[in-house]
Amino acid sequence: MIEARGLTKRYGDKLAVDDLSFTVRPGRVTGFLGPNGAGKTTTMRMILGLDRPTAGSVTVNGKPFAQSYSAMREVGALLDAKAVHGGRSAYKHLLCLAETNAIPRRRVDEVIGIVGLEDVAGKRSKGFSLGMSQRLGIAAALLGDPDVLMFDEPVNGLDPEGIRWIRLLMRSLAAEGRTVFVSSHLMSEMENTADHLIVIGRGTLIADCPVAEFTTGGTAQAATVKTPDDQRLADAVTAAGGMLERGEAGELTVRGLSAEQVGALALNHGILLHYLAPARVSLEEAFMELTADSVEYQAKTGVKQ
Amino acid sequence: MTTAAVPATPTRIRAVPAAAKRPGLPDALRSELTKILSVRSTYWTLLAQVVASIAWAVLNCAGIVSHGAGPGFNAAEASLTGQVALGELIIVVLGALVITSEYSTGMIRTSLAVMPRRGVLYAAKAMVFAAVTLTMSLVTSFVAFFVGQAILSSKHYNTTLAQPGVLRAVLLSAAIVAVFGLLAFGAGAIIRHTAGAITSIFGVIFLIPQLAQALPNSWFADVVRWLPGGEALSPIARSAPPISDHLFSAWGEFAVFSGYAVVLLAVGAWLFIRRDA
Repeated sequence: MIEARGLTKRYGDKLAVDDLSFTVRPGRVTGFLGPNGAGKTTTMRMILGLDRPTAGSVTVNGKPFAQSYSAMREVGALLDAKAVHGGRSAYKHLLCLAETNAIPRRRVDEVIGIVGLEDVAGKRSKGFSLGMSQRLGIAAALLGDPDVLMFDEPVNGLDPEGIRWIRLLMRSLAAEGRTVFVSSHLMSEMENTADHLIVIGRGTLIADCPVAEFTTGGTAQAATVKTPDDQRLADAVTAAGGMLERGEAGELTVRGLSAEQVGALALNHGILLHYLAPARVSLEEAFMELTADSVEYQAKTGVKQ
Repeated sequence: MTTAAVPATPTRIRAVPAAAKRPGLPDALRSELTKILSVRSTYWTLLAQVVASIAWAVLNCAGIVSHGAGPGFNAAEASLTGQVALGELIIVVLGALVITSEYSTGMIRTSLAVMPRRGVLYAAKAMVFAAVTLTMSLVTSFVAFFVGQAILSSKHYNTTLAQPGVLRAVLLSAAIVAVFGLLAFGAGAIIRHTAGAITSIFGVIFLIPQLAQALPNSWFADVVRWLPGGEALSPIARSAPPISDHLFSAWGEFAVFSGYAVVLLAVGAWLFIRRDA
């Protein structure tokens, strides 16, 4: 369990994390989403005590991480796969980590087996591909068989088979009752992996809800409609603050309004509908909509609003 | 949030035995020893230190044998000066590297994530580095001494460990190498950048004694014994005090250098514990 309360980090005059409160519960995969620069890594660094919060606090299993009894048995983290001394062999790297927490040598061999690095364990990690480095980082996180696991963008640089592997790994870790906290800036990544989402933008909390709720509820509403009277519906929808998109086979997608709202709108304007159904907004779309205002480096198109 | 989360079932079979006690200094020491012995830079710098110190002893003693001993000649110094003048400079590189490489590679974030007790990690790192360095410099010191004396013996200039002050010179020449290494370690912890740390330490031990020579003679005589290098090093390798009476004894100068190292180590520790990694 990870609990953040009013977590704030300021670098100079830049607020990287702003009064963030959330709870990451055990037994499920919690996705930590946000555009690049939203403050995900900073938050994870504060959880690990690498950075000192400007205000607020964060605890792991009820205590600040620095006060944990045996750090590696409580939290396993992969923040940056390249954060290893490249001149050291994979085996020695894992061994020197294991030794800090009196973890037996055989566990080192075990995790090397779990991530499938047996063939290169004796080689210096300097020559590792990003995918191999990710596996080494995951091996390090698993060393202490911890209750809490944190992964910062773990699928970066992995091939499709690797992505599938890590997805299954995270799911099985959560199924064992562990807390799994995984960040990503790609919504699609979370759709198949996470049970719960914590979404941030510009350091502030945007959403904290189950994945299913995120796609159906909130501001990201949509409906699919068929009508012989396109133009009038378009006018009515636009007037009500929605947006109409033309789809295939005469289908129209209304964004920004729920199916119920579209039905009422059609009745009020006397527009005939042939078909009306709530549309499932993809996680990606919901995410884009929610974070549109909080993307730090936005490509500017057209006239500034 | 109505969806019920599956509560943690602590029936999982543990793959790792529980910690018998809270991980601390002994575990950190073991880990740091594995770290320092598992990268090539350690072996290269230690080898360079050994070779340079012994080679200097050979050349220096051979030169004295062929040109004859000058005024102020000291047999112990003839074979140990290489270690004090050159070996110590090489160890500065290792001392800085031991800590700055954690920052340049990003390893520090991994190290602190497994050992969040920063003071323990810092102490273990410094102690392991000092122990490894001292072991090698002691061996080097004795080898340089015996090789040097063997060469000097052809003109009967040689001395033995049993003579007054000779054993002290051999031991302090080894210890001063570790002290300089720790000086660089402290600078590395403060600056967190390999080149920056090495350059600043070289700057301090070369430049400050040089600049001090520009002082009026009477002032220079007052400060020379306190300078972080140059003449102040000379009593260390000698079995008898140098002619200059502006310097402390070997132990005194050793204490001065150790004092500098303690200050840098302490400032480094304070920053290591407080700063964001």
